[in-house]
Amino acid sequence: MKQRSRKTYWIGFCVVVALLAVAPLVLPEFWRRFLTEILIWGLLAMSSDLLIGYTGMISFGHSAFFGLGMYGAAAALLTVSPPNLWLAIGYGLIAAAGVALFVAYFSTRLRDIYFAITTLIFSQIFYVIIFTWTEVTGGENGLTFRRPALSIPWIYASPFTNETLHWFVLAVVTASYLILRRITQSPFGMVLQSIRENEGRTRAIGYPVERYKVVAVMLSGVFAGLAGVLYALQNRFAAPDFVYFLVSGETVIFNVMGGIGTLVGPLVGAGFFLLLREAFSRFFTEYYLIPVGIIFIAMVIFMPRGLVGFARNWLNR
Amino acid sequence: MNAALDLLAAIPYDQILIQTVNGIVTGMILALVASGLTLIFGIMDVVNFAHGELFMLGAYIGVVVLAATGSFWLALVVATLVVALLGAALQIVTLRPLLGRDPLTTILATFGISLVLQNYALWQFGPVARKIQEPFTGGFQLFYLEYPWYRLLIAGLSAVIIGAFWLFLKYGTWGIWIRATTQDRAMAQAMGIPVPWVHTGVFAIGAGMAAASGVLFGPLVGVNHAMGLDWVLKAFIVVVVGGMGNLGGSIAAAIFISLLEAYASIWVSPAQAVIVSFVVLILTLLVRPTGLFVPTPK
Repeated sequence: MKQRSRKTYWIGFCVVVALLAVAPLVLPEFWRRFLTEILIWGLLAMSSDLLIGYTGMISFGHSAFFGLGMYGAAAALLTVSPPNLWLAIGYGLIAAAGVALFVAYFSTRLRDIYFAITTLIFSQIFYVIIFTWTEVTGGENGLTFRRPALSIPWIYASPFTNETLHWFVLAVVTASYLILRRITQSPFGMVLQSIRENEGRTRAIGYPVERYKVVAVMLSGVFAGLAGVLYALQNRFAAPDFVYFLVSGETVIFNVMGGIGTLVGPLVGAGFFLLLREAFSRFFTEYYLIPVGIIFIAMVIFMPRGLVGFARNWLNR
Repeated sequence: MNAALDLLAAIPYDQILIQTVNGIVTGMILALVASGLTLIFGIMDVVNFAHGELFMLGAYIGVVVLAATGSFWLALVVATLVVALLGAALQIVTLRPLLGRDPLTTILATFGISLVLQNYALWQFGPVARKIQEPFTGGFQLFYLEYPWYRLLIAGLSAVIIGAFWLFLKYGTWGIWIRATTQDRAMAQAMGIPVPWVHTGVFAIGAGMAAASGVLFGPLVGVNHAMGLDWVLKAFIVVVVGGMGNLGGSIAAAIFISLLEAYASIWVSPAQAVIVSFVVLILTLLVRPTGLFVPTPK
């Protein structure tokens, strides 16, 4: 039985990835771009699921990691010429990891809402710094840059087209998903889940809970930074708006809508949120958050396990 | 010796005094906002993300009533009552079903509320900032400034509201119910206190206080749909620094942080002065996570 469910899982996984890979060839330009964005926001949401769903810490500071990933990539693309894709990713990841270490060091001493508020305040600190340090970050206007070529060192290089960009994003997101899935199923991930279930007991067994939490926040921050790099590559700019805590809030919304603690759920949630935004924007223009917010509140109350959890219950019934 | 004198002479005493007054005025308003927040947290374990939006809605209702009637004081009363009712309704619809669930879910629900309210305000009133006319003008000479009396009045009024609220908590029947619910929810219920309605009442009072501070603060800055965000962040900092659920601590922390920010803005821009309060928060969390202004827990 277990063998069979694992087989169905991998078949389902391959089908979804194949569908996502074929999509840019058949979809019109607008929806292709839309799909790429869902993948990027989905990666951000998955990264925060490692904290929310698996460790039981709600982070309201993921915009800091995402934004620093963006600015890190921008730094690499603006200072090094010719712009190099891998250098951009490296810079972005280092920036996000550095910030994540800083935030983790302070915020993991706290729990529950205190953790949430602290991460929120930290992301605002970075927002204020980026917003006011105009000489380096471009202030309110942000930074714009050219997109580097898609290159595999010494083997292959060609400018990104819309399709290859989508495939690149898909490859990165799929790889990240597999890594995150492996992490959550590893002994390390088990410890994180035991922290979620009973922190005191985990400590009593002898696990250094604080150290596990720091590593969890850093891992989560690095993947959020990777999402930031991808977003910067897609849109060719970095802007302080993406460090603002509303982005963190949206990340939490993605998680809750899709279903926390499932990794796939946040991705589904990101897609669902962006679709809702698209649909309601037609009627409510920029006020789409009024209906979307109401739907979100209703889901918090009536569907605490999100879309994926709901579907799972429904299938198992 | 001379260098020390130069240093003493270089301190801008007049600015420091002005900023002290400014800091206390903002601090009192902030205390009014934060005491509602800390009350709601202390009793319901609810971190009310929408508190800043209630502040903002209060200010907007003040604008509307002021435009219709021309009376500032009427606007203050109406805004307080309307937002208190709205708060009660919000609590019944969204927070009551979450009672007994993980307190973290209430952050999510109130975050949703804040998004809805903020965008509603943007939709209804547009992006242009509105102005509330202060009820009277005039001021007194403070060094090179004509310092408006109104600002001092706000600080005084905030103090009066907080004081009245404290008396209510101490002696009013509802106040005693509220304190009993804070101490032991199950026992209070067993003694026949209508706990769910106490929760609703507390949320309404907190919302009303936020709205009152919104109207009072309106004349100092423009009223716009995003003003709640700054305030809710500051109020969070105050509540954590003052000790969650601790009324006196919140008031002390509000004044302390506003003073620090006011002094900092002598030398750096107000946007950067915010970082000072962030740093205070981080230091507090590192040194005394239970709050600076509470007795050491045993």
